[in-house]
Amino acid sequence: MTTETLQAPAPRTPLQEFWHYFKGNKGAVTGLVFILIVCFMALFADIVAPHSPSDQARDALLLPPAWMDGGNWAYFLGTDDVGRDILSRIIHGARLSLSVGLVAVTASLMMGILMGLVAGYCKGVVDTIIMRIVDIMLAMPSLLLAIAIVAILGPSIVNAALAISIVSLPHYVRLTRAATMAEMSRDYVTSSRVIGASPLRLMFVCILPNCVAPLIVQATLGFSTAILDMAALGFLGLGAQPPTPEWGSMLADALQFVQRAWWVVTFPGLMILLTVLAFNLMGDGLRDALDPKLKQ
Amino acid sequence: MSHELVLNAHNLKQHYHVKQGLFKPEATVKAVDGVSFTLDRGKTLAVVGESGCGKSTLGRMLTMIETPTEGQLNFLGEDLLSLSKEQQKELRQKIQIIFQNPYGSLNPRKKIGAILEEPLVINTQLNKAERKAKALAMMAKVGLKTEHYDRYPHMFSGGQRQRIAIARGLMLDPEIIVADEPVSALDVSVQAQVLNLMMDLQQEFGLSYVFISHDLSVVEHIADEVMVMYLGKVVEHGKSEDVFTQPKHPYTQALLSSTPQLSSDKRRQRIKLQGELPSPLNPPSGCAFHGRCQYANERCRKETPVLRSHADVHLIACHAVEEERLESFSGAA
Repeated sequence: MTTETLQAPAPRTPLQEFWHYFKGNKGAVTGLVFILIVCFMALFADIVAPHSPSDQARDALLLPPAWMDGGNWAYFLGTDDVGRDILSRIIHGARLSLSVGLVAVTASLMMGILMGLVAGYCKGVVDTIIMRIVDIMLAMPSLLLAIAIVAILGPSIVNAALAISIVSLPHYVRLTRAATMAEMSRDYVTSSRVIGASPLRLMFVCILPNCVAPLIVQATLGFSTAILDMAALGFLGLGAQPPTPEWGSMLADALQFVQRAWWVVTFPGLMILLTVLAFNLMGDGLRDALDPKLKQ
Repeated sequence: MSHELVLNAHNLKQHYHVKQGLFKPEATVKAVDGVSFTLDRGKTLAVVGESGCGKSTLGRMLTMIETPTEGQLNFLGEDLLSLSKEQQKELRQKIQIIFQNPYGSLNPRKKIGAILEEPLVINTQLNKAERKAKALAMMAKVGLKTEHYDRYPHMFSGGQRQRIAIARGLMLDPEIIVADEPVSALDVSVQAQVLNLMMDLQQEFGLSYVFISHDLSVVEHIADEVMVMYLGKVVEHGKSEDVFTQPKHPYTQALLSSTPQLSSDKRRQRIKLQGELPSPLNPPSGCAFHGRCQYANERCRKETPVLRSHADVHLIACHAVEEERLESFSGAA
């Protein structure tokens, strides 16, 4: 006689559970798909783009998009004032915008986590000092501060990314500090302390993994802010320098032709809008999927 | 082995300074005010009292989560509080704590295996395979299955989580376990399982327990000695059977009478206490209990009673008991 033992269904791993909640949010999935497409474009820009971003077609200045009168299918979204293909420049610009976003978000995330953890863990004087600095930074308009930083360091993509990461730092510090303080009072932190865990271990091994959910959400939303700020700095001429294709500076360069040739500003602007929207949608979806309080 | 002293606390005090406002003076909260006791190997000392009486603070001091304001703490003959940080770290491995809420005491982002092995990672040089073997052995001891090793805490029930917490506490072969209301978050059927597990483990490892609880029926089941606290002070301390059959202090009597009993002949006359626990910010003069005690007189309002022994080992802090003003406690209603 054999007894059949029923195998309990394997419990879902946190990742599976996350995906289960995430895929229920249509907007977030749309955002994710769009971001993946943009990432793909950025990664394989050289193959995808029909032209080189800096190739100037002297015989095709300010050509309208292909479906309009006088359009040329070789230049699908038209050309700008010096005959460069707008589609190719947008595709190559994605590369720059995404990498600037990535660098800025990573830098401010790392600095923010470090400062926030230390402030939340140490409390007292250290906490007060860090938080007052953060308060001062928050009191200044962020774009103005970024402009000031770029003005001091000199206009370039790297400096613009640095400025954006410094400007967005306060949000990460505050978020990490709040999450750290909430986790600190939990019993599992105390029990780790009782078994002799060092402060560094408590901070990074014990507490930090439990604070990542809000940080991931903030980082995703921060990505869109970084792209937007980068575009603004580029528009003001403080970011990417010509002829580098960058969405913000594409807008700035073409501003004088906006009356005659609407496509030179519309498509880069649309691209900024859609990318930022996609990141925000995905951020919302991430928050819903990662926050246990919002789960059914 | 039968009477080996493992822990000796003398006059432990924990005072907190509380700011009341800009223009008011700083107040002192005497959360624990002069608690002394001894704990033998393999024995269980239960600390009981209503919420806010300082029993959890006492537990936190014993595990050195908080440093006492005053007093001595001797563990196996060594004064814990005067040791260097290094030696303290060494010795605190031997005193572990189990928390009340098993939903908060396990790191939600770590698998059970990692939770159990963390004490070994920090304190020993064992390699990965050895650690895993030890963790699995401990899991078997507390009644968890091998396949639970790779699961996360949220996949377990409260009782199972408390088993995990107990297993984690035992990973470093401690001498003393401070159990801070270990079963009050669990439902009654699971409570019994966890208590029996704790008692089995006590026998197997020769553990000593400091069992903090407000649930007297649980305490009666597990304790060898009972210490009743009221507003940071010990009011009665004695052998479990003495305290439960012949409670002397009016507060203990009231506490015992509030425990529900199933059989009617065991039921005691219900003593209802009036009022709330006084604020520890502004404790009453004399005996802290005098405001709620039906035997209180002038002396109780002025003079603070000290712990005195009655009938050998039974310690009581009460003027009324001393003066024999107390009616003997009626067993049956």
